[in-house]
Amino acid sequence: MQEVMKKALELLQNGTVSRILGWKTGDFFYDLTPAVFESAEEVEKDFVFSPFCGANLSKYLIKESRKEGKIAVFLKPCDSYSFVQLLKEHRIIRDNVYVVGVACDGMCDIEKMKELGVKGVTAVREDGENLVCETLYGEKTVARKDALLERCVSCKSKKVVMFDEMLGENGEENPESHRFDKVAELEAMTPDERFAFWQNELSRCIRCNACRNVCPACSCEKCVFDNANSGIANKAAVTSFEEQNFHIIRAFHVASRCTDCGECSRVCPQHIPLHLLNRKFIKDINELYGEYQAGADMDTKPPLMNFTKDDCEPSIVHERGGDK
Amino acid sequence: MQVNGEYKPTIVAFCCNWCSYAGADLSGTNRLTYPDNVKIIRIPCSCRLNPMFILRAFQRGADGVILCGCHPGDCHYTTGNYYARRRMTLLFSMLDFLGIERERTRVEWVSAAEGAKFAATMNEFTAQVAKLGENKRLEDLRCKK
Repeated sequence: MQEVMKKALELLQNGTVSRILGWKTGDFFYDLTPAVFESAEEVEKDFVFSPFCGANLSKYLIKESRKEGKIAVFLKPCDSYSFVQLLKEHRIIRDNVYVVGVACDGMCDIEKMKELGVKGVTAVREDGENLVCETLYGEKTVARKDALLERCVSCKSKKVVMFDEMLGENGEENPESHRFDKVAELEAMTPDERFAFWQNELSRCIRCNACRNVCPACSCEKCVFDNANSGIANKAAVTSFEEQNFHIIRAFHVASRCTDCGECSRVCPQHIPLHLLNRKFIKDINELYGEYQAGADMDTKPPLMNFTKDDCEPSIVHERGGDK
Repeated sequence: MQVNGEYKPTIVAFCCNWCSYAGADLSGTNRLTYPDNVKIIRIPCSCRLNPMFILRAFQRGADGVILCGCHPGDCHYTTGNYYARRRMTLLFSMLDFLGIERERTRVEWVSAAEGAKFAATMNEFTAQVAKLGENKRLEDLRCKK
């Protein structure tokens, strides 16, 4: 993990780039924030690369790549998909970015560690497959695979799609990720059960807009939900369809461009499994219009910006299985 | 909506300007009847239909929403309805995923010459929604009078 910081220092010192986009510690060591570093001193002081670097840095490049000078960014495999998708949409100026791919063993979730009974953690270091946690109550060891973020449990790919330089060994796509299992499980329920499930989940939404703000695919200058006159910019009663509406539209606006990076669920303060909505769209697209992975390449068209003359009719939704 | 003690569903029909709206017109000039609780909203093309329009219609008291457009291949703007077809497929599937009755939504292609098809579709769709009863799941009480 030290080599990431070394690389950041090296790039700054040899003048390849003038800024570094990386992670720095927030209030707690597990609470890492994306940050831009402009000097070697800043990097030495604050730069971190740890198992808690879940944050996807690619969205910050929309603004950062438009500033003067070159910027280096560290991208994990799933972040690189978002990066390519943004490049495809002409949101990032490629010439101003130096991409360093970072191999990733999956990032960890402090909430999961707490559930495992590891409390009062003050520091974590990696030890092979395990994480050694120093806590207020002594040292504890957790297997990394038990503490992974939800999205890393069903990791779709360990391949950095685009990079100028790679740290560690580049991985492969993982077709056996089982990432649609939960969606399939919900599809098999009755409509009443599904309605109850989603009302329970989505009524917890506090409309903080974190899912929208963090999403690399959600990068409009002006958002449909920012209209104060619409009366939809705030929290509604549980029984109304307002929160469902927000989340359907949020997922719909990124459908077919969503790379399934899982940031929406990671940042949700209410722990709503928002990625399931995005995955439902991805699953439908894969089933109806052929397999498609957003951000995997530079030249295919996203399915919703494309069509064929013999597409299925919308009535297929009524005809396809499921309980009535 | 209750009319004289009888339940009548509110249907919102989004019709494209070039085919379906003219089809509705034709069914009128042919003196064909379709339920008066079908509210037609004219849109320039079926692909103008923002998914939010559908959800908003439901929130504000619609019991069923139907989109009518030119037959695939006949779009006035050449390709609009192809895009609409994909979008609506995914949106309806998502509504289904959230537990909304799938019979409340429909897409039907109606050309300007198909007045009879328009009336028949509306009759059939209204009957289908009437069977489901009032839309409780999608309504937003703030929007209701």
